[in-house]
Amino acid sequence: MASKTHISVDKEFLVNEVLRNESVELPPDTERKLKYVRRDKVKVPVVFIGTGSCGLISGAGGTLEEAKKYLSERNIGAEIVETGCTGFCSMEPMVEVQLPGKTRISFRHVTPEKLPFILDGIFNNIVPEEHAIGQYKNKSLEPWKNVAFIEELPYYTLQYRNLMKNWGRINPYSIEEYIASGGYRPYVKIIRNYTHAEVCDIVEKSGLQGRGGGGFLTGKKWKVAHAVIADQRYLLCNADESDPGGFANRAMIESDPHRLIEGILIAAYAVGTSKAWISIRNDYRIAIDRLERAIERARDYGLVGHNVFNSGFNIDIIIRKGPGAFVCGEETAMINSLEGKRGMPRPKPPYPAVSGLFGKPTVVNNVETLSNIPAIFENGPDWFNEIGNESAKGTKILVLSGKIINHGVIEVPLGTKVKDLVFVAGQGIPDNKEFKAVQVGGPSGGFLAGEDIDVPYDFQSLASKGVYMGSGGMVVLDQECCIIDTVKYFMNFIQQESCGKCIPCREGTGRMLEVFENITKRPVDEDRHSTLERFKGVMQLENLAGVIKDTSLCGLGQKAPNTVISSLNYFREEYEEHIFDRKCTAGVCRELRLYYISVDKCTGCTICAQKCPESAIIGTKRHPFFIVEEKCTGCGICYDVCKFNAISVK
Amino acid sequence: MFVKIEVNNKLIKARKGETIMSALESNGIMIPSICAMKDFTPTGACRMCVVEIEGKQGLVPSCSEPVNEWMKIKTHSPRVIRSRKTIVELLLSNHPDDCLYCDRNGSCELQGLAEDLNVRERRIVGKKNKYKLDHSSPAIVRDPAKCILCGRCVRMCDERLAVFTLDFINRGNSTIIGTACNKDLNFSNCISCGQCIMVCPTGALFEKDCLPEVEDALHNSDKNVIIQYDPSVGVALAEEFGLKPGKDISGLIHAALRKIGFDKVFDTSFAADLVTTELSHQLVARKKQKVKKPLLSSCCPAWIKFAEQSCTDILSDISSCKSPQQMLGAVIKTVYPGISGFDPGSIFSVAVTPCTAKKFEAQREEMTKKGLSDIDAVLTTRQLARLIKLYGIDMSQVEPEIADEPYGVRSSSGKLFGCAGGMTESVMRTLPWAAGGKDPEPSRIAELRGIKGKKEAVLKIGKTSYKFAVISGLANALPVLETIRAGTCDYDFIEIMACAGGCINGGGQPIGADENVVKARMKALYGLDEKEIIRLAQKNPKICELYDDFLGGPLSEKSRDVLHTTYSVRKVLL
Repeated sequence: MASKTHISVDKEFLVNEVLRNESVELPPDTERKLKYVRRDKVKVPVVFIGTGSCGLISGAGGTLEEAKKYLSERNIGAEIVETGCTGFCSMEPMVEVQLPGKTRISFRHVTPEKLPFILDGIFNNIVPEEHAIGQYKNKSLEPWKNVAFIEELPYYTLQYRNLMKNWGRINPYSIEEYIASGGYRPYVKIIRNYTHAEVCDIVEKSGLQGRGGGGFLTGKKWKVAHAVIADQRYLLCNADESDPGGFANRAMIESDPHRLIEGILIAAYAVGTSKAWISIRNDYRIAIDRLERAIERARDYGLVGHNVFNSGFNIDIIIRKGPGAFVCGEETAMINSLEGKRGMPRPKPPYPAVSGLFGKPTVVNNVETLSNIPAIFENGPDWFNEIGNESAKGTKILVLSGKIINHGVIEVPLGTKVKDLVFVAGQGIPDNKEFKAVQVGGPSGGFLAGEDIDVPYDFQSLASKGVYMGSGGMVVLDQECCIIDTVKYFMNFIQQESCGKCIPCREGTGRMLEVFENITKRPVDEDRHSTLERFKGVMQLENLAGVIKDTSLCGLGQKAPNTVISSLNYFREEYEEHIFDRKCTAGVCRELRLYYISVDKCTGCTICAQKCPESAIIGTKRHPFFIVEEKCTGCGICYDVCKFNAISVK
Repeated sequence: MFVKIEVNNKLIKARKGETIMSALESNGIMIPSICAMKDFTPTGACRMCVVEIEGKQGLVPSCSEPVNEWMKIKTHSPRVIRSRKTIVELLLSNHPDDCLYCDRNGSCELQGLAEDLNVRERRIVGKKNKYKLDHSSPAIVRDPAKCILCGRCVRMCDERLAVFTLDFINRGNSTIIGTACNKDLNFSNCISCGQCIMVCPTGALFEKDCLPEVEDALHNSDKNVIIQYDPSVGVALAEEFGLKPGKDISGLIHAALRKIGFDKVFDTSFAADLVTTELSHQLVARKKQKVKKPLLSSCCPAWIKFAEQSCTDILSDISSCKSPQQMLGAVIKTVYPGISGFDPGSIFSVAVTPCTAKKFEAQREEMTKKGLSDIDAVLTTRQLARLIKLYGIDMSQVEPEIADEPYGVRSSSGKLFGCAGGMTESVMRTLPWAAGGKDPEPSRIAELRGIKGKKEAVLKIGKTSYKFAVISGLANALPVLETIRAGTCDYDFIEIMACAGGCINGGGQPIGADENVVKARMKALYGLDEKEIIRLAQKNPKICELYDDFLGGPLSEKSRDVLHTTYSVRKVLL
């Protein structure tokens, strides 16, 4: 309801003066009004609080309450705006403040306790510098002194924010702010002036490739579906993001839902459908709420519904909440799930563009692909074509996580080097530890390490290194991470999430996981037979990986062995160490850890013996204790409780 | 229409639009497969049929990929063979490996594949599947540990039967096939038709074993063990002994059963004649009452169970006649003691059927009278073969014999009950007599023959005409049932058989029958009919005797008591 206070324009004005105006530049009068809607200029101080899932998890809810209390107690006529996230996860909860005439300034880790201090300062024109991240450049406004510009921070220098343009800037619930930022104008122009084929042509010309992982030309896919003669076609937006370490789609919907909806509407028009579906995970509650409200608002503005803007185009958007199976991100499995069947992939051909949902031609596009569409029409296909490198056009949203200083969602032109992503945008590894590898693309991706991190981040270059872009996740590992353990985690994820339909994926991933469980198992209680079986398993690992990759039905299975294959490429020694020496240098594989008590340091205080859950530590009081290796499970409790640093890993 | 494709460096012709697999098969190249089923849409689940296609990254399943002009295919390259072999090894890696104790030892497809692909060493070791055996159903036993999740049973149950009992449960490596809420089969809506057994490649599904009970009875001198066998058993049993499909060995069966020690050998076809006469009279009476809804057949116990759980609104339109097996069972326990002097309690009545649902039917509450069940044990065709082998009978040395009187005497229309449409044909021969007219000269009714899912025929008696429909494959019944509900159905009688083709393709028949085998069995039954002297049910002298001496007449009070039954709504998890 906060948004009502600053919006001086009404629906009629936005529809007639903005949306229906097809000239490139809006009249200065209109533009001036929109500036206030966009908050390029503000009349009262505005406090922006990021309340996306990431912000709320970090405690933005408390900060929001505190801010409301603060303003009402002091009777300050300021406005509070809830935004999505800005992408800078490691800074959450973030608060931004914009005073009339001053640039917008951003603060990190604003807990409810810190908020009064920060606001006290800012309202008195004193910047609490230790809490500030930076300020946004704006020529017409007066900058704060001694505060860095956000655009100049290393986290931002590589970025090209096109999809993320509105993130953290606009209220995701407000369609007015989205329209004021140029939204829905391309859509209205298209449905009133362009033919279906023209729209497909423009998208194909832009070189936009599907961001779901396949990298197929989006315009081409639309054309195929549009060419099939059918009484009904469907557009299906894939928002079923389920990768561990991937949440870019969620953030995208939470921060700028109207951009996705506009993309869906344009795509629906291009394909010639009157029904678009969004399949989204049920646990993305905030995203679903924002999406539902956004569709409602768009319907209110006549952008969704019957005969949109008298163009003769009818469109309805249906949200389908899925339980969030990983395999339902595969298009045919998603279609099955939407039809009420078990989420299992179908063989292709027939491709969904020919026969998909309920046997009708169906275009399945990812959230990110569709969100790219409005800007292509706003700025032209050539503009889009110039971003990126020769083989991949446009930008890509990535999620940086793991052992890295700057966590968060970033948007970079395709073709940016992976090394730069880790060491410039991510600012490298914390605590001066050594970089080990980066896991690209979630469970279907793979590792990059050594010199290979110099590879440009695009579809082809990554594939040449045997890894896939997938959902855009990037998990950085440092020297303290065990590759075997990481691969085991991913294999476990995949074998649980496999739909169980095709044999190589169902049985193969299960067997591979068992191999990893075997080589990280405690060596002491192993008989000869199980030693033989352990070796047999390892010998088959590469064969299995090859067959799974070659024969699996869908992308989930075909890409399931990638982590294994790529980790074998870079870290064969680490495998051998686990297999032959039964040792984990990183000290992660618990069952391979053996502790011992230093005779010199142990005072015989008995605390470790008391805490040991396996009663594996014995000795006499006030004399050095020792650990019975056969009983020790490597839990490390003794290591944690010893006050004399007498216990260490062998 | 034809395209050229290159297979293993040789050009072959293929029809446009067909799958690679069918093109290869018509050119003599066999591609192994587990999940492929003829006339079903390919699911591409097993990945055994993969081939290498030039220019494609991964291997391609030949069951679903259509041929393209100039496609270059390698069907047995090292990469392909390695993949197939690894897939079989993966299946074996967690398989229980108790082949010697398995119901399907020798007829198991997994065994066959392992042999064909030369799997001779356990290279991939996995944790063994451990699931409990599902013994709950009176007809079908499920052993999920042996299931390789090919999904054939699921597709059969969904697409042909439309019962939807089985489906995949859980995900990933813990996927299993189970019923709704993963309950035992007995709590589910399973109709016990046994078609899932017929398509199961391994021993994950098999019928309940009744052999021990039968053996006990045979060795018990206080018991008079009477056996009856179904018309379609006679034409299918030969396959179990390596003879060519479609050979009628009823004579040998009589002899073999006597050698085993059964006291009396009867033919269920006798009871089929009984069903025909009862049903014909019911139909005539119904026509006189001008009932608009059609009369539905009641011979298929699987269909009856389906109706009791899913078509409760039309239960009253199902004929009250028991199935032939149960009719004969009832006659043996009520009428036969008076003829033979056996004490009803001492009779142990065994039925050999091509059907697993009959096992379920035999233990229905309605099929028991004064504490004696009509039928005590039901054997399938497969189990009969096992019994014959168990008693060391060399079928090639057996001389044919005839069945015992009185219930071994039958008309040939009784034999026709084995095929879908046979019952209707038989009724059409008897209907004029039941309506008070003359007996017709039995002629071949071509519309009712063949394995089509839905067949129709019309019979004119004087001014009234009767319209018949025959449905086989339960899924085909659903649209017709809808028309009954809507009141637009103009048939007078509908024969419904759960299994496609009728009892000759039942769930208890020899494993591995394809369409040609089913046709051969059907041909054998119709062949019998042509050679026979007594071709009308009402001309069966023993039927007349039974009515004259005991029952009084068709639909008499006595016959209603013995030969008819009731149905009730069944509450199951749907």
